Amino acid sequence: MTHSPTPSDSPRYTPDEMIADDIEGYLAQHQDKTLLRFITCGSVDDGKSTLIGRLLYDSKMVFEDQLAALEADSRRVGTQGQELDFALLVDGLSAEREQGITIDVAYRFFATQRRKFIVADTPGHEQYTRNMVTGASTADCAVILIDARKGVLKQTRRHSYLVHLLGIRNIVLAVNKMDLVDYTEDRFDEIVADYGKFAADIGIADFTAIPISGFRGDNITAAPSDNTPWYRGASLIEHLEEVQVSAAEAAERPFRMPMQWVNRPNLDFRGFSGLIASGSIAPGDTVRIVPSGKTSTVKSIATFDGDLDSAQAGQSVTLVLDDEVDCSRGDVIAAADDPPESSDQFEATIVWMGEEALKPGRGYWLKIGTQTVTASVQEPKYEIDVNTLDHLAAKTLQLNAIGVAELRTEQPITFEAYEDSKALGGFILIDKVTNATVGAGMLHFSLRRAQNVHWQPTTITREEHAGMKNQQPRVLWFTGLSGSGKSTIANAVEQRLNLMNRHTFLLDGDNVRHGLNRDLGFTEADRIENIRRVGEVAKLMTDAGLIVLTAFISPFRAERRMVREMIADAEFIEIFVDTPLEVAEQRDVKGLYRKAREGNLKNFTGIDSPYEPPEEPEIRVNTVEMSVEEAADAIIAAILPLK
Amino acid sequence: MLYPLRIRLAERLRYCAPPPQVNTGFRVPGYSVLNPFLFARAAVVASCTANMTRPLTHLQRLEAESIHILREVAATAHKPVMLYSVGKDSAVMLHLARKAFHPSPPPFPLLHVDTTWKFKAMYELRDKMARESGMELLVWRNEEAEERGINPFDHGALHTDMWKTQGLKQALDHYGFDAAFGGARRDEEKSRAKERVISIRTASHGWNPKAQRPELWNVYNTRLSGSESMRVFPLSNWTELDIWQYIMAEDIEIVPLYFAAPRPTFVHGGQLLMADDLDRLERVLGKRPETETRSIRFRTLGCFPLTGAVESEAATLAEVVQEMLLTTTSERQGRVIDQDEGGAGMEKKKQEGYF
Repeated sequence: MTHSPTPSDSPRYTPDEMIADDIEGYLAQHQDKTLLRFITCGSVDDGKSTLIGRLLYDSKMVFEDQLAALEADSRRVGTQGQELDFALLVDGLSAEREQGITIDVAYRFFATQRRKFIVADTPGHEQYTRNMVTGASTADCAVILIDARKGVLKQTRRHSYLVHLLGIRNIVLAVNKMDLVDYTEDRFDEIVADYGKFAADIGIADFTAIPISGFRGDNITAAPSDNTPWYRGASLIEHLEEVQVSAAEAAERPFRMPMQWVNRPNLDFRGFSGLIASGSIAPGDTVRIVPSGKTSTVKSIATFDGDLDSAQAGQSVTLVLDDEVDCSRGDVIAAADDPPESSDQFEATIVWMGEEALKPGRGYWLKIGTQTVTASVQEPKYEIDVNTLDHLAAKTLQLNAIGVAELRTEQPITFEAYEDSKALGGFILIDKVTNATVGAGMLHFSLRRAQNVHWQPTTITREEHAGMKNQQPRVLWFTGLSGSGKSTIANAVEQRLNLMNRHTFLLDGDNVRHGLNRDLGFTEADRIENIRRVGEVAKLMTDAGLIVLTAFISPFRAERRMVREMIADAEFIEIFVDTPLEVAEQRDVKGLYRKAREGNLKNFTGIDSPYEPPEEPEIRVNTVEMSVEEAADAIIAAILPLK
Repeated sequence: MLYPLRIRLAERLRYCAPPPQVNTGFRVPGYSVLNPFLFARAAVVASCTANMTRPLTHLQRLEAESIHILREVAATAHKPVMLYSVGKDSAVMLHLARKAFHPSPPPFPLLHVDTTWKFKAMYELRDKMARESGMELLVWRNEEAEERGINPFDHGALHTDMWKTQGLKQALDHYGFDAAFGGARRDEEKSRAKERVISIRTASHGWNPKAQRPELWNVYNTRLSGSESMRVFPLSNWTELDIWQYIMAEDIEIVPLYFAAPRPTFVHGGQLLMADDLDRLERVLGKRPETETRSIRFRTLGCFPLTGAVESEAATLAEVVQEMLLTTTSERQGRVIDQDEGGAGMEKKKQEGYF
């Protein structure tokens, strides 16, 4: 070998001595290895391919002919001068080899004495969301790479968020390229402290940080390397050998097996085949078929190798039941005393993977476990900016966007929350025309919890409440830009109504945010929730017989429509305080426009967030032509007689 | 320094009672009280031990995954077929199919795309396995290649193209199969590392890397549009060593040519070949090759004039695995087919519809 990566060690394929001396013993030892799937996250520059190449190389998964090719390639297109470029071992398609980037999820394999590993190698640049989510979906562990020179970057946050979203609980922070920061402990500590702060913010409670150099081989197979005597933890490989595999957790949950295929070779045998998603099962156990709810008892677990005494999560089996119960593909066979729920309305996080954006309301095939049904996704509640984790208002989801939305299925599906069960909580969405997989999602909960909450009838009706006040309840909904004069005019209207002995209440935007809505910010999603709550409160007040005045920017038509639909017919009166942006900005009573223009106030209506004027408001007042008094009088005139 | 981060977290959390200490034999990776999930995990580990649930081995997990894939496709495809090349990977795939559907026979036929140039021992095992599994065996030979006498000596790459690539397409079209199981593995070759378990092919059986679907969890999208078809690779996540270990553990019958024995050999085009059919070789080569008996075996099996033998004394499975682990040459080197067109050979063939 002329190009050894470090002068000090000259890695060659040196097989385990046991292979030559005692092959039977060696094979017996390797028979009972466990399997760990992990994902590596990092960008082109973090040295990810180099690290994976290094893992393959150090675990002796590189054969001599590949090594020869690697040497030749390193010289020809390598980026490491005369040294071996490990990245060339793993960069697959010729196009990406030329560009020096990886463009898809690639799976690599290596093994140590104790474990077999499957590595999902995903790129850190464009298409990252789709690819990383795909790779993370099957991983038990994530290795997040950081370039020690650069520290925690935006993309580190993005990668961490995505692996956390997909439910990976074992996170390794591999601080790479330690050779380029002189292996200094201080730099390592600084990065770890930085990352710890951010990780706690997104709910990652625990991670393991390891200082490495993929290129030089430090702390990859053994630790500490001579260059990091200060490091007291395990090497990357040692750590990966110890990480707990999530299948072990699934085994302890209640039994669930999505039914794949009815096995019926003849009239004497009828078995139900599937992969056990969680729990364990033995002959004699009582099971429930969901959704039908029928129960039966397991007679036997039939396999090619004879009947089993028991089977557990992760095994593919065929169950024979005692009775002739109906069970077909898509049903879930579950523990009788603890079956999963069925529902047809959910909230879910959705990752969009199609070139064509999500069409809210359109029917897609939804596949979850072995169930395939038609489903439609509502307009997202919000989109998540994967770089800042801000919630943004969204009407759709574009390729690689992640959002939270409600979805409805045409038939009920059997499910569990994704955080409890990936097998019954993770789904894909399929375009009905192209049949491409266009989205993936994680179910949070069913929206039909309301099924169990009933209306309690009250004796005093809303009509009686209103009658005692001798008035017709109303909601006077003032909408308009900040500084348009909503609060001022609403206040003047309320004064006039009081003089007329009307029972009123003014809900003001700023005031509500001091109490009821103080948990909400100003992202579009939060603003929508702000309006929804105000709508509900206004509705309760009309039930109490009040005339409610509300002064909220309420910039979106959809939310104003939502409130209109909540309130009884003819009681909702939309009042458009029509003030042009220039005028409102000139007034700038609270100095907010100036802040927004200076970039110190995000999502400010009219500046970087849209205002959708009402198309057909019941009342329009023009504050350029009218004074506050004139506007208030005009409104009173329009709403009388109020009886 | 970070293992130490856990200690720091622990310091911050001293108000909370520590989780119960259970000696599980497992190392519980640093729980912290911040995360309720981690409490749950500690409890899981504890009850795990109580029930004596053993973690599945890597072979058990691979087997379960492959069976899941076979069943998903069989349950949803209109007309699936299993491509059977009689090699060791095919042997494992067939074995898994028998396990997946037991006691039924696998609900699809076996398809052998024959080039007429396979080893005799392969034809024998093929017929035997079809009988044993109770599956229908379909054999397809490209008539045009047969008529034009296409052979591996005179026609080189054209032989592979016509008999295998074109032959496979013809067979799939002829029978109208919409799903074909194949024994390819991701560890075989760099461009295979990105192949999906379910690989969508166009009407002309082409593979467009950009049109492949993301595959999440174990939820496979088996829906096809119009004239698309799918190639399905249940062994995607197996390595060569896994295959051998499984053959050993499950006692799967494979072609005897994988084991060393004295066999008639000759050298042609720099490769050590086996003289499997001397009369035929004489007809094609114009002269009877001079053979020498050597102890040889094969690491992969294909057409006998295209498959290089290695000199070996490994006569048992354990010895074969031992030799594989001690030699340092990757598996496909014995196959002339991958050496065409530099490193991108397989990727290019796949785009043209080769398996």
